[in-house]
Amino acid sequence: MPMTATSNITFGDKFQHFLARVGLRRNRFRVQPGLYALGKPDKESNVFVTANYGLSFNKLRAALAGTDCYILVLDTKGINVWCAAGKGTFGTEELIHRIDDVRLKKHISHNVIILPQLGASGIAAHEIEKHTGFKVEYGPVRAEDLSAYLRTREATTEMRRVTFSLTDRLILVPVELFHMAVPTLILMAILYFFSGSLPALASLVIILAGLLIFPVILTWIPTPNFSTKGFLLGVVVAVPFFLLALSSDPLAAWWQKLGSAIPYLLITPSLVAFITLNYTGATPFTSKSGVAREIYAYFPLMFWMFCAGAIIGIIFRFIH
Amino acid sequence: MLKSKYLKTSLSYDAELCTGCGMCSAVCPHGVFFQNNGTAQLIHPSACMECGACALNCPVNAITVDPGTGCATAQMIAALKGKKEPTCDCC
Repeated sequence: MPMTATSNITFGDKFQHFLARVGLRRNRFRVQPGLYALGKPDKESNVFVTANYGLSFNKLRAALAGTDCYILVLDTKGINVWCAAGKGTFGTEELIHRIDDVRLKKHISHNVIILPQLGASGIAAHEIEKHTGFKVEYGPVRAEDLSAYLRTREATTEMRRVTFSLTDRLILVPVELFHMAVPTLILMAILYFFSGSLPALASLVIILAGLLIFPVILTWIPTPNFSTKGFLLGVVVAVPFFLLALSSDPLAAWWQKLGSAIPYLLITPSLVAFITLNYTGATPFTSKSGVAREIYAYFPLMFWMFCAGAIIGIIFRFIH
Repeated sequence: MLKSKYLKTSLSYDAELCTGCGMCSAVCPHGVFFQNNGTAQLIHPSACMECGACALNCPVNAITVDPGTGCATAQMIAALKGKKEPTCDCC
């Protein structure tokens, strides 16, 4: 017997969505794999396949409100469709196994299953048909487009493309900020005790620039990759600290002022660029070979700028 | 947008093998392939993010790509651990 699902998103569901979006208990936000009946499906009803990450399942069942259908949930270890497809858990083997396990053939009289398009990087459609007899139909990227898709069974070009709009980017910010909150506070405390309030403030601004400002202005920084965008943003962020450090001790000699201010110009851009280089993993368009090239091209510069800045900073700290 | 940096990818396509099933253009999230007169055309190779969906769903193996994650964190962790293939274990 299939399990029952509804399209109703309760307050409790919404609270779990909130927790997932800030990265709390995300690993445990799972649904049981297997076959679900939404509404009152019969032998002719559509079958939709999804991952067992709670957010994926809830998005799908909410988008299918008013439809009588089956939802086949694969065991993706609580990971969303696209990431699980990349890892292979939303994969050919698991789908073949799950179709057999739930005895899908007994529940429906047709042989079509509808998969989210982004599941395709884990599923070989022709292999599924060869092993199970079921024809894989790739639906739209987003569950929200399903009702339009079901009217014609054709996905428009827009439905077939991933986007990375400002909203898409902002949704990702809280997870990153929550991840970095404790390390940032520890770093700030260390810097405050060893170097003073300005370096501690700088470390906070570097983290916020990389994790919050960068995703917002990503598309407006006029360079072609993440590292150079990060360097540019880092220089802009560094200038105020450079000027503050220059004027912090009016009695110091000019070379002492310069020595305590220059580390900001070296360390800030290198760290912001390092954070933004790592942002590649959050985007839906960077490739493995492209990112590898970018690491080879810019990581050494980040490393040496950081080392030079740290050494100059330490030396002038003791001269003071 | 950001695609110009990633011009050279591991994607290659042998048009002579194509049977025109349309799978590659259906699964690609970046419009790299386009169906034209019953065969797939590689129209936007620089937009490829090497997810591997097209190659995996091509029934005649006309497409090859070295799939993997475009995540610097994963690649640097893999390099530090001496692993050959970067994996998304951290998120």
